[in-house]
Amino acid sequence: MSEPLLELRGLSTHYESARGTRVTRAVDDVSLTVERGTTLGIVGESGSGKSTLALSIMRLLPPAARIVGGQIRFEGEDLLRKSPAEMRAIRGKRIAMILQDPMASLNPLFTIGDQISESLRVHEGASRKSAWTRARRLLEAVRISAPAARMTEFPHQMSGGMRQRIVGAIAVACEPRLLIADEPTTSLDLTIQAQYLSLLRDLQREHHLAMIFITHNLGIVARMCDAVAVMYAGRVVEAGPIREIFNEPAHPYTRALLESVPRLTDDSHARLPAIDGQPPDPSAPPPGCAFHPRCPQRRPRCEAEAPPVTRVGAGHTARCWLHAP
Amino acid sequence: MTGALLQARELRKHFPLRRSLFGRRGAVVRAVDGVSFEIMPGQTLGIVGESGCGKTTTAKLVLCLESPTEGTVEFDGQPLVGLDADGVRRYRRSVQAVFQDPYASLNPRMRVGAIVAEPLVTHEALTRGSVDGRVRELLDLVGLPARAATLFPHEFSGGQRQRIAIARALAVSPKLIVLDEPVSALDVSIRAQILNLLRDLQQRLGVSYLFIAHDLAAIAHMSHTIAVMYLGKIVEIGPAAAVARTPRHPYTQALFAAALPSHPDEARDEAVIPGEVPSPLAPPSGCRFHPRCPSAMARCATEEPALRPDGTRRVACHLYDGGPA
Repeated sequence: MSEPLLELRGLSTHYESARGTRVTRAVDDVSLTVERGTTLGIVGESGSGKSTLALSIMRLLPPAARIVGGQIRFEGEDLLRKSPAEMRAIRGKRIAMILQDPMASLNPLFTIGDQISESLRVHEGASRKSAWTRARRLLEAVRISAPAARMTEFPHQMSGGMRQRIVGAIAVACEPRLLIADEPTTSLDLTIQAQYLSLLRDLQREHHLAMIFITHNLGIVARMCDAVAVMYAGRVVEAGPIREIFNEPAHPYTRALLESVPRLTDDSHARLPAIDGQPPDPSAPPPGCAFHPRCPQRRPRCEAEAPPVTRVGAGHTARCWLHAP
Repeated sequence: MTGALLQARELRKHFPLRRSLFGRRGAVVRAVDGVSFEIMPGQTLGIVGESGCGKTTTAKLVLCLESPTEGTVEFDGQPLVGLDADGVRRYRRSVQAVFQDPYASLNPRMRVGAIVAEPLVTHEALTRGSVDGRVRELLDLVGLPARAATLFPHEFSGGQRQRIAIARALAVSPKLIVLDEPVSALDVSIRAQILNLLRDLQQRLGVSYLFIAHDLAAIAHMSHTIAVMYLGKIVEIGPAAAVARTPRHPYTQALFAAALPSHPDEARDEAVIPGEVPSPLAPPSGCRFHPRCPSAMARCATEEPALRPDGTRRVACHLYDGGPA
């Protein structure tokens, strides 16, 4: 088998307080792989570390955060050994990112055309004229109507759905191999979200893109992903192919999460199987398995010892004592 | 039908835009444009629709936070128009609200006990001791410990804060609670807890809900009746099971088709409806949905369809009005 496009091995990212007295293990010993042209979903609640994981891959962490261990292998190279200048050449060119709020990703003072051309000129040294022509074609590709006229307009003249499509156009401009999307549709309306998701699918097919989709929404995972990793308190508690996870979730947290979501066809008004308690404070997670205070199947061992990663099926792993040998 | 707790007839709310410099009549936003519905005792009316459809303005009209441009609201058979100050106070006591953001809706400088007690102090002449007793009762009702009363809102998580907001809404034993996106800001594992709490409270106390959300599955799960709004109008209203399982209006169909699947096997790359919601400043002529509608006919552009009975529900669409096709 050929090498995966992206492979994380034992990645740990910690936040440290100013005096180094408090350490938050935002990402704790995470190993994952993304194959070429496929989509990996990373699901988790607020504070589970999913966004820190994405920023670690891009090496765009805030100053208080530090990658303390592990490897990020992308197309055979370790990204953690790259200099800042080398990383700049990779970001936007080989790995692109889409964030939740398109208004924050776009510069309000530059035209749409300038912003799409910029990455083509910076990364590919395209001339102003050829970059402009290619930018217009990209606007067409993300289904913006009257692209020629839109090129000279500013972000505030667009709707939220159009802005997010423009961010998508910038992201795929340099034909990246990997696209990281962090909650890209949270601010969009339902029909606009559906349009955007099918646009991403089409872009993925056309450009043979791999995607990492970061979300708290299991519906988006079901719609978009080939594989999924479930994060809880900085750790990947379960990972595997999408159907295995939805049909046979191995970790009690995954199972509870899947069951607690109401379904469209459910008009029974029955109680939902809810998970008790709160997600843990990331700076002080419970000892042992971080999910044990909320787990219906906890054993004494879960409170003391963190469970190891155990293989439960083909490409399917879980961190749970129920499955440990 | 008789016996409705709240009946809204032909409600309209138009917001004039600021007049131009020379005092010419400005344009008018028709936020809610002729909406009729009823809420039965002990039942839930769910309103769905995308941004700008008028669902929040409808909620404000019901809460008496805005007064309608036209139309009437009757509560317990009493029209709200022409109520004296005393009558308005009684109405405000019977109708309470829980909003989306529990971080914004609780005063950070008040203790939880005082927050929950405030409506009691405003609306009822109670002794100190009986207020404290009632606060303990209310906290217990929403699943919070009695000692929560002495703490401040920042000491609670999002889900617990929403419980505090619900306790405050219940303090004066209202007959109707307006729930405006009550779980959208919460983590996935907490949403089911709050939906269960709301459901249990309805069964125990017989309170009615006006439930506004963009999460279709949550609406289908919670509601007895669903109203679908588009650009200030109700396009379809009927029993929750009927609307969710077999939507009739092309917009309802598109909305439910755009809903995310709960399992990867349900995921399809369905035909996504094109375009975006037009500006409510200049709604399209005829049926407001016709520019995006896959089944639009010639008359849809000129003739506005009325909301007509269709089995157990009512639909505003020329496809079903039996006229010349």
